[in-house]
Amino acid sequence: MLRFLLLFSRQGKLRLQKWFTPVTEREKKKVIREMTLMVLARPPRSCNFLHWRDLKIVYKRYASLYFCCGLEDQDNELLTLEVLHRYVELLDKYFGNVCELDIIFNFEKAYFILDEFLMGGEILETSKTAVGIAMEEAETLQEVTPPPPPPPLTHTHGHLSLTHLPKYVNMFSVLFTDNGGVYE
Amino acid sequence: MPAVSKGDGMRGLAVFISDIRNCKSKEAEIKRINKELANIRSKFKGDKALDGYSKKKYVCKLLFIFLLGHDIDFGHMEAVNLLSSNKYTEKQIGYLFISVLVNSNSELIRLINNAIKNDLSSRNPTFMCLALHCIANVGSREMAEAFAGEIPRILVAGDTMDSVKQSAALCLLRLYKASPDLVLMGEWTSRVVHLLNDQHMGVVTAAISLITCLSSKNPDEFKTCVSLAVSRLSRIVSSASTDLQDYTYYFVPAPWLSCKLLRLLQCYPPPEDGAVKGRLVECLETILNKAQEPPKSKKVQHSNAKNAILFEAISLIIHYDSEPNLLVRACNQLGQFLQHRETNLRYLALESMCTLASSEFSHEAVKTHIETVINALKTERDVSVRQRAADLLYAMCDRSNAKQIVAEMLSYLETADYSIREEMVLKVAILAEKYAVDYSWYVDTILNLIRIAGDYVSEEVWYRVIQIVINRDDVQGYAAKTVFEALQAPACHENMVKVGGYILGEFGNLIAGDPRSSPLVQFNLLHSKFHLCSVPTRALLLSAYIKFINLFPETKATIQEVLRSDSQIRNSDVELQQRAVEYLKLSSIASTDVLATVLEEMPPFPERESSILAKLKKKKGPGAVSVELEDGKERGECVNFNPKPQRTSTPSPSADLLGLRSTAPASGATPSAGSLLVDVFSEAGPSATSAGVNDDGFLRFVCKNNGVLFENQLLQIGIKSEYRQNLGRMYLFYGNKTSVQFVSFNTTLNVQTKTVEPLVEGGAQVQQVINIECLTDFIDAPLLNIKFRYGGALQNISLKLPVTINKFFQPTEMAAADFFQRWKQLSQPQQEAQKIFKASHGMDTEVLKAKLLGLGTALLENVDPNPENYVCAGVIQTKAQQVGCLLRLEPNAQAQMYRLTLRSSKDTVSQRVCDLLAEQF
Repeated sequence: MLRFLLLFSRQGKLRLQKWFTPVTEREKKKVIREMTLMVLARPPRSCNFLHWRDLKIVYKRYASLYFCCGLEDQDNELLTLEVLHRYVELLDKYFGNVCELDIIFNFEKAYFILDEFLMGGEILETSKTAVGIAMEEAETLQEVTPPPPPPPLTHTHGHLSLTHLPKYVNMFSVLFTDNGGVYE
Repeated sequence: MPAVSKGDGMRGLAVFISDIRNCKSKEAEIKRINKELANIRSKFKGDKALDGYSKKKYVCKLLFIFLLGHDIDFGHMEAVNLLSSNKYTEKQIGYLFISVLVNSNSELIRLINNAIKNDLSSRNPTFMCLALHCIANVGSREMAEAFAGEIPRILVAGDTMDSVKQSAALCLLRLYKASPDLVLMGEWTSRVVHLLNDQHMGVVTAAISLITCLSSKNPDEFKTCVSLAVSRLSRIVSSASTDLQDYTYYFVPAPWLSCKLLRLLQCYPPPEDGAVKGRLVECLETILNKAQEPPKSKKVQHSNAKNAILFEAISLIIHYDSEPNLLVRACNQLGQFLQHRETNLRYLALESMCTLASSEFSHEAVKTHIETVINALKTERDVSVRQRAADLLYAMCDRSNAKQIVAEMLSYLETADYSIREEMVLKVAILAEKYAVDYSWYVDTILNLIRIAGDYVSEEVWYRVIQIVINRDDVQGYAAKTVFEALQAPACHENMVKVGGYILGEFGNLIAGDPRSSPLVQFNLLHSKFHLCSVPTRALLLSAYIKFINLFPETKATIQEVLRSDSQIRNSDVELQQRAVEYLKLSSIASTDVLATVLEEMPPFPERESSILAKLKKKKGPGAVSVELEDGKERGECVNFNPKPQRTSTPSPSADLLGLRSTAPASGATPSAGSLLVDVFSEAGPSATSAGVNDDGFLRFVCKNNGVLFENQLLQIGIKSEYRQNLGRMYLFYGNKTSVQFVSFNTTLNVQTKTVEPLVEGGAQVQQVINIECLTDFIDAPLLNIKFRYGGALQNISLKLPVTINKFFQPTEMAAADFFQRWKQLSQPQQEAQKIFKASHGMDTEVLKAKLLGLGTALLENVDPNPENYVCAGVIQTKAQQVGCLLRLEPNAQAQMYRLTLRSSKDTVSQRVCDLLAEQF
């Protein structure tokens, strides 16, 4: 089973954290720090797997975001890479060309999509359609609320490239020169 | 279809997030957050009742602030209110908040549980799923208590929607992992197993995680899952890539389910039913065949999914370790991957091959890849891949390739990453010793190790080379010559000086005939290093010097001069000063004969397990080197020293688990128990189980060594005991509490021994000493029978002597990373013993700590992520072997329960220590 899933940017800003076992806040901070340090320091084209404490770490970079998870000894590393990929696909399907900004501004949606896909660190549903339907159903249950929609986000600038195209990476690094403070 | 167009966006939240992102400094961010917190607080406290939307928005803002890393101390109540909203988005945000910020506030938990209960019984599948997610996310004991009974019912009910079944299965798994005692499968077992047959692939995928976990803990109850899993697997493997529609992932049919099925089968031995087994072998062959087919897609997702199944199939083949044909095919497949252009596959292939190397069927096949692996060690750019290559070389090493592998590892050491050097040094030292055919090679290798990586050569390594040189007279001359040459280097490592000092001090005479290494040359060479060394090395050198005086009388004057110098005889270090003074005096006043006797060559060391092996075991966890331990024959042939029986009483090998020898007390003042020299069967005889045995005292001594073992109106028996490594000594004090003498007083230890001094005067005490040697691990304690006459009446007392396996613990300190690595290596089910039990005493921290220390293990701080928990580590020393042992104790103060988990390389040890310790709290 997965123990945790972290999404962080190239600058080490945490964008999403999901813990599948009880962890103290202090320990969470420690793990987040160690993961970002370790993963960000890896040279490009290294393998996607690491040993850390008693866990296997599997990580992959999509555009400006690193997806990183810790799994137990018996778990399959290659398949975990595809868990990450399937999650990116689901985000992409929901947001349409997902980008880091989508995840920042709709963080609760990113958690909901994850919940449709994983539970307690195990795969709940692998079918993209089934997860999509669950999200759709949830949407139709929502009543239109009075306030006007928020200002449109400029997520046409780049998405979490599913094919690792370097041009997106560059665009992201320009787009996300962080102005400090957030998610430190 | 971006979410923002769907009308549920919260404008205020988006603005707030924008504001935070625009903050130029940490201070500005904190200021903005504080402003928002004040605003939300006033809204929550305001007179106006908030509508659901606002409540949702504010709760969501709080959640955002919390996820930024700030503390949130309010808003929980509003979040709980949202749970009972009938608007989905409000409920959803409420649940998310609760899941992330669960609070142990009992009032709140009750309210949350109520809301969950309502949603579970709502029959609205979306609400039910939300509630199940919340339970799984929180997973607390209170929730398990409230819902562990209900969820299995939802899981197997005929009218439950598929999506709810999926959530229920994984929710139950989460509760089972958190509180196994509360999840009782009993009546549901067979219906849960049959979920493997469910029409809906999603349900099977979710349910199999639950079934795998339950099977690994209760294999017998769930064993019917094997044939179901095989037939499900067979259907998937033989299906075309389009058959499974949505569950086909990049042209691979149901990769997640396939891997889970193969993982489930690894909880069991190969199927006994021939048909089932045949079908499974067919599946495994198909999977291996598919690996050779051209890929259906160039996408990495396709190959990852396909290879994930392949690796899982190979794990199963290795787990069975019974199909030579499949093992060799698996090995060949991994061999292909070793040269694959994908780094990930090379990494995994190296890792998998390590386990394959220990199978007798595939060991030879693995060895054929040696050149590739060596190449990987030299050329891989990624350190984690190089590390796997080094592990594999170690695993595939045997007599035939030892020289090559050791040479490669040595040359790799020169450039190896600092993080793995110490482990590499240990591995080289072990391989060199294990496969040494001629000892000059061994000596060369170790000296090379010290030269190349001296800083990483631990004491165990250089102690070991000295032990071996001392025990093998055919290598002593060569060792002296080599070490002498090594010391010529202008800069040599301090460890080299230690080895050099020791060996020349013992065997310098063997090379003294050569004028180039005459006694004085040797001495000057050693002494030229003296001032560069630390105190312990200097102390060792001083001892070497006095040995020189004995070996070479002609050096006496020179050495005495050195000893007499102020820098020695007035050295500020007490140890050095004392040695200088004593050695000087000794060399001045003792006659040649006395000197020769005192400074005689060291006698051979008793044969024992390599301390290096123990060190690596400590580093890697006991599981990692069990192969070597079983490899006794080979060790015997190559490196064992002339075993000299150290003890006159060799216990009979078949029956003795614990060698006990009672000996006479040292002083004659007390009535003596006589000089007993008996071997006792520690396997308790029939009397051990008889009702008359007094157990209470026994258990009190698990965590302590001294105290009163037994007391009644007549007799008090006190105990003092001490243990070192696998030896112990126990003093028994029999006190006569009466004023009348006891007659015919005798004690028996399981088998009849000689009588003790038959009279114990009123008010007097007799003492008995028992020497204990632990030969191998054991369960039953020795039984002590005491008989005497008091007045006319015959008294008969049977006691278990409090000798328990934990007495032979050596505490082992280690860092968290080491602990977890070792813990992980002991992951086989039989290596673990676990107990969950009610606290029978207070749960005071200090008392718990004292007990755990009393157990004999080291109490490790800052290891467990939860500071409430305790973890300990130690090595049990027996004559036969050392057993590394890891322990974790998780107290739950609210429930007054403990969970105790023991892992060790020996199942009987895990179980026994677990049983003993569980009685202590």
